[in-house]
Amino acid sequence: MTVWNAPLSDATHFSKRALPAVPFLPFFVSHAMHQTFDAALEMNLLHANQQGADHNRAHFDEWGITCLNLMSSPGAGKTQLLECTLRGLRDLKIAIIEGDMTTELDADRLRQYGVPVIAINTGRSCHLDSKMVAGGIHQLQQAHRPTELDLVVVENVGNLVCPAEFEVGEHVKVALLSVTEGEDKPLKYPVMFREADCLLITKIDLAPYLDIDLGQIEANVRQINPHVAIFQVSAKTGDGLDAWFGWLRQAVADRVSRSMAHSVTP
Amino acid sequence: MDRLHTACPLPIASPMHETDMTKALIGTIRDWWDSQPEQPTIEKVHLVVGTFTCVEPASLQFAFDVQTQGTFLDGAQLVIQDIPLVAHCHTCQTDYLPEVGRQYSCPTCNSPMEDIRSGRELKIDRLECAAV
Repeated sequence: MTVWNAPLSDATHFSKRALPAVPFLPFFVSHAMHQTFDAALEMNLLHANQQGADHNRAHFDEWGITCLNLMSSPGAGKTQLLECTLRGLRDLKIAIIEGDMTTELDADRLRQYGVPVIAINTGRSCHLDSKMVAGGIHQLQQAHRPTELDLVVVENVGNLVCPAEFEVGEHVKVALLSVTEGEDKPLKYPVMFREADCLLITKIDLAPYLDIDLGQIEANVRQINPHVAIFQVSAKTGDGLDAWFGWLRQAVADRVSRSMAHSVTP
Repeated sequence: MDRLHTACPLPIASPMHETDMTKALIGTIRDWWDSQPEQPTIEKVHLVVGTFTCVEPASLQFAFDVQTQGTFLDGAQLVIQDIPLVAHCHTCQTDYLPEVGRQYSCPTCNSPMEDIRSGRELKIDRLECAAV
């Protein structure tokens, strides 16, 4: 819901434009009389989405849930990583909000792990926005007790561009980049890699078969985002997954301790 | 200027993405317009768009022209001001212009891109209206 009527009218100001220097032709008279004024909006283009994201985040905070936004290009291995994560972190209570353009294929894959999976078909849209995720949260709330959950993973639509710009209410952003995509992708799609708190380089079991320099991928990401946590993983062999699990556990624990500290503070 | 993301992973994804942005843009302007005591004619919409965003101005322009047809914004002109990506190097204590798509670290000392001074803007700056 957009609520910015009040400040806008305050920000409106008038400035008369210089008159055109051809006042003698009747045709231009009306132009000479034409007055314009400027209304200063100075508002973010994504203001409405941002408000929705803040609203979603407030719900997650209230329920003590950490929300993770999982993003990558199509086929980088988000769903398979989630399958491994659900198997490996059985001590955490996890729910999934699954964004998929038209199908429930990914959602069905994840449901077999016995966790709540809310599927959101984005239709023609190439990313999830905060309104769609709000719908997912609403469904989750109706079918389950959100206060019993530790972590909600929002699996975004496969796309390296748009999801980077639309917050959904997450606390952490995790990006995946598979080794088959090439070292240059962080340089070509920098916003996604700048925004990520954690980057998983996936399918490293394939690296020996490719002309790929894993060090170069990391270096390219680091010049855009020096603080990102980077893990090299293979969902197929299990390599590197423990480090990812450790990072995720820590992210959840940090969130919990922060919200406890917040609730204690007068 | 070297724009970002002229090659979208899904060829169709970029226009759709700007379609959403344009919807948000029109919705925001509509809210303002509805709140005015007398609805003015909006002649120009001024946007400020940074280079380090996922927005392609040409697609935005196209989506705006299509979506405003027959609405209160019919005939309004979209004016987009491009803002370059400017980073600040703490080591050299200087601002620099990263080469988008090639190199983001400091060209002098190779420190990674830490602070972004500009280029992340996605702002509706102001509207030019005809006085009622």
